[in-house]
Amino acid sequence: MADDVTARTTGTDVAATPRDTAGAADRAPRSAAPAARGGRRGLSSAGRKRAEIAFFTAPALALLALFVVVPVIQAVRYSTYKWNGLGPMDDFVGLENYTQALTDDVFTSAVTHNLVIIVLSILIQLPLGLGIALLLNREIRGRSFLRVVIFMPYVLAEVVAGVVWVLLLQPNGLVDSVFDGLGLGGLTQLWLGDPDIALYTVMVVLTWKYLGLAVLLFLAGLQGVPEEIYEAAQIDGATWWQVQRRITIPLLGPTIRTWGFLSMIGSLQLFDMVWILTGGGPANATVTMATYLINQGTDRSLYGYASAVAVILFGISLVLAVIYQFFVLRRDNEAAPRPRKVKR
Amino acid sequence: MSAPTTTAVPTGKPAVLPPARKQKRTFSGGSPLVYAAAALVVIATVAPVLYAFLGGFRSNAQLTNDPAGLPSPWIATNYINVLTSASFWRYTLNSTIVALITTAIVAVFGVMAAYPLARYRFKGRETLAMVFTLGLLFPLTVAIIPLFLMVRDLNLTNSVWGVALPQAAFALPLTVVILRPFLMALPQELEEAAMLDGTSRIGFFWRILLPLSGPGLVTVGVLAFVASWNSYLLPLLILSDPASQTLPLGVASFSSQYAQDTAGVLAFTSIAMIPALVFFLAMEKRIVNGLQGAVKG
Repeated sequence: MADDVTARTTGTDVAATPRDTAGAADRAPRSAAPAARGGRRGLSSAGRKRAEIAFFTAPALALLALFVVVPVIQAVRYSTYKWNGLGPMDDFVGLENYTQALTDDVFTSAVTHNLVIIVLSILIQLPLGLGIALLLNREIRGRSFLRVVIFMPYVLAEVVAGVVWVLLLQPNGLVDSVFDGLGLGGLTQLWLGDPDIALYTVMVVLTWKYLGLAVLLFLAGLQGVPEEIYEAAQIDGATWWQVQRRITIPLLGPTIRTWGFLSMIGSLQLFDMVWILTGGGPANATVTMATYLINQGTDRSLYGYASAVAVILFGISLVLAVIYQFFVLRRDNEAAPRPRKVKR
Repeated sequence: MSAPTTTAVPTGKPAVLPPARKQKRTFSGGSPLVYAAAALVVIATVAPVLYAFLGGFRSNAQLTNDPAGLPSPWIATNYINVLTSASFWRYTLNSTIVALITTAIVAVFGVMAAYPLARYRFKGRETLAMVFTLGLLFPLTVAIIPLFLMVRDLNLTNSVWGVALPQAAFALPLTVVILRPFLMALPQELEEAAMLDGTSRIGFFWRILLPLSGPGLVTVGVLAFVASWNSYLLPLLILSDPASQTLPLGVASFSSQYAQDTAGVLAFTSIAMIPALVFFLAMEKRIVNGLQGAVKG
């Protein structure tokens, strides 16, 4: 829905704003004009315009070039050397760092973990987030309070949230005592210490942290569903659940797909939370590409190798983004919004 | 915050939603079941934060004996220790400085770059705009190793600039991409009238465009501020001297240094949460609108 709504809004902007703000347009410049008059004369030359464009864009472009473009190119360059960051970078090894990374068990398990996290994030957060968004879209008491509460974890720093969760999950911490209180004391585990379950524990914390974003975006999408549809459906005798299933959720499609994209990219770059919760351990059970990269790069000073890992991380992100764009988002980018067939 | 927002693909003005109609919802109200579900969600969301705040008022013995209990008696020592420690205030100050510098650079450079891209007509405009859009594709993680080495060579290690400049650079693409359509949406007549009255394009930028782009600037500013306040990876590599460290680094090092003092760590993290929570409550609309606007694509 998001796309359709934006398309419509921008469409009306073009048509409507000039008329709407014509009054303001008349007023604003007049107040500014007296100060400007006198010093100015006539139209500026093309050269002057060029100079202005350069003046306005140069600072941003310079910053972008220095701290984004150059480092990214450098990463590619470093990745072909064996280099510890000190001394001359003269041990050219070609693609050896790449083959080493791709055949390294820890790195391949890091890639697997990232993929597992992508899939689980979507499988868990989509139904949960959708459910909560639909819930909050009803006129229930304390709705705005609920919105604020659910979005709160997203605003907290990963580190702060992570440190609290480490304490919650420690043996005999709050989580264990909740299990005890429910009579499930036998199920308590070394939540972050057992290699078999640590990744799933991390998943729970990630869900807690990022569910709010999904809810927020879905709610925004729901606002774009016209009221009339609900009324029409109700007149036709549809139940609440039927309306959600057949109308609301399909109309929310574009929002859901956009969220899925953001969630995927976020999962691929996951670092902060894992670094705080487990540091990638125990026994590399939760290592991600980013924690592996930092581990190799700054802790072991294998800068060439770590750069190769960074380039692979970027490559995987790019490939997944393109695939997603091609197979999932493409339907949203197609020209005319037409009613989609709802699957039964 | 982690990456989600940096890859957003915005269109239209930020946060332009059809005004929420205050009509009667067709399916309104909530059954007890709905309220029960809502309560469950609230408890699951709030419990960790509440545990941290209350835990800060307890002793370690209390926490060990009954992890889920309430403070009895309430002890303020943990919080007092944090609030009277020089390091806590230094971390907070450093975080504030870094976030303010980052936000200022992002807002000023961002609106400057967005202006000609939105309101000038010239050859190569779309190409130039594409540069910023493509910038969204590069996450900081990919460039982190060269950035670390570059900052070291520039002698900016342990300096706020070593963190603020790269952070601002990586926040710029999203900023320009959000601001450009925002500036485009300001009516053309405004500019024509200003020109007729003899205002230059630069005069138009200062006197008319800048004041009118306030809401858009606040949105991108808030997003940049929150991202900087929470950021961890870059400061982790750049700020190794405790005197220059930011709050997330401080929380992490405090929690490993005093791992046995659970109550102390809870008090420290609770207080560290407060600025973000207050800022969030004050700016909730802006943050929410910014994120929603940024994603509407």
